[in-house]
Amino acid sequence: MKVTVDKDRCEAHGQCVMAAEGVFALGDDDDVVTVLDETPGEDRRADVEHAAALCPVAAIKAGD
Amino acid sequence: MERIVVVGAGLAGLRAAETLRRRGFAGELTIIGDEPHRPYNRPPLSKEVLSGAQDPESCLLPSDGIEATWLLGHAATGLDLDRRVVGIGDDEVPFDGLVIASGCAARPWPGAEGIAGVHTLRGLDDVAAIRAALAGRPRTVIIGAGFIGCEVAASLAGLGADVTVVDQASRPMVPLGPVLGARAEALHRRHGVGFRLGTGVASVAAGSVTLSTGEVLAAELVLVAIGAVPNVGWLAGSGLKLAGGVECDRHCFAIGQENIVAAGDVASWQAGRGPTRIEHWTNAAEMGIAAAANLLAPPEEQVAYDPVPTMWSDQFGHRFQVAGHLADAEEFHTVVDEGDVLVLEGVAAGRLVCAAAINGGSRIAKYRRKLMAR
Repeated sequence: MKVTVDKDRCEAHGQCVMAAEGVFALGDDDDVVTVLDETPGEDRRADVEHAAALCPVAAIKAGD
Repeated sequence: MERIVVVGAGLAGLRAAETLRRRGFAGELTIIGDEPHRPYNRPPLSKEVLSGAQDPESCLLPSDGIEATWLLGHAATGLDLDRRVVGIGDDEVPFDGLVIASGCAARPWPGAEGIAGVHTLRGLDDVAAIRAALAGRPRTVIIGAGFIGCEVAASLAGLGADVTVVDQASRPMVPLGPVLGARAEALHRRHGVGFRLGTGVASVAAGSVTLSTGEVLAAELVLVAIGAVPNVGWLAGSGLKLAGGVECDRHCFAIGQENIVAAGDVASWQAGRGPTRIEHWTNAAEMGIAAAANLLAPPEEQVAYDPVPTMWSDQFGHRFQVAGHLADAEEFHTVVDEGDVLVLEGVAAGRLVCAAAINGGSRIAKYRRKLMAR
């Protein structure tokens, strides 16, 4: 699957890091999230979709 | 279960509907919303949308992918538990499963409805009305120094408006505690916002607000920001328990019901610490997901909903954030206090129970993870 983050929207709330650890990462003072794995396996789809659902600025997309 | 109805097209209702489909519900799904709009994100309303930095359309949340019948612009008006139907005026929508996510409404100032220039802020249409009023550069009084009141004060002061915030409390945003509250007040005052704290409002009239001290504040624009009340009027007489919101068990089911769940601002559920109702964004999303998953799950697979709550509020480019229940802390330890950054840990009986920050970056998310891990 393909994970994309709209970095113009991202406000570093950090919900995604909790929902999909290993896919997203954030340092204490980072302004935007880092996508560690842009093409995780299908076994992570539920986690990434959960991350997208909990993103307060709707910046995450879980694509095909 | 062949027909599920979701009452409420806000964040909780949207996340519930999405979850139902993701978890394989293939029957008829109907989403009822009292506003004419598709689900949208409310946090920007009091900030970017009010200030004009962001278009209202940009708040819309993706919802096209959900196969559902949307009944928008009409509020649910009744619930018949025996016949399993939701009433919308003279129409009825039958259900096998029901998600109640009807949210809250802004609490009005008693008797002030209909007075020219008096507003509340809850939805897109409210913001449009306030923005229209701003064109006349009104002197503005905000009644209530809670999150909405303070966010609106910051947005309007940022536009150069003359803003005064009135509250009976001695500091703004009481739930944030005295330290963050004092910093918030100082931040607002630096940007020219006036406060009348520890002060009540005696009366509201067109063009002015009279305070309990006798002072009269001229105000062409008045924002009433004194909290919200759960939208449960449509459930009166239905047989559901409604003290302080739709009363739910620890799995988000309405008390005594096996096919009705509630989620978001309207739901008062049995959390580990007791009956809890939370009016914050993250809870609406998480509880919408949890309630929908439990509605579809067999009883032995239902999961108790007991999150560590979190919230944020942005004002003057500063972010106030909390993880956990601040009220549970016996004392606070300052972890970081440098420049614009403040991070506090709340401790009870020697254990971390919550954290609060101003401009704490991702630290609050990390505290939340730590609190959830046990």
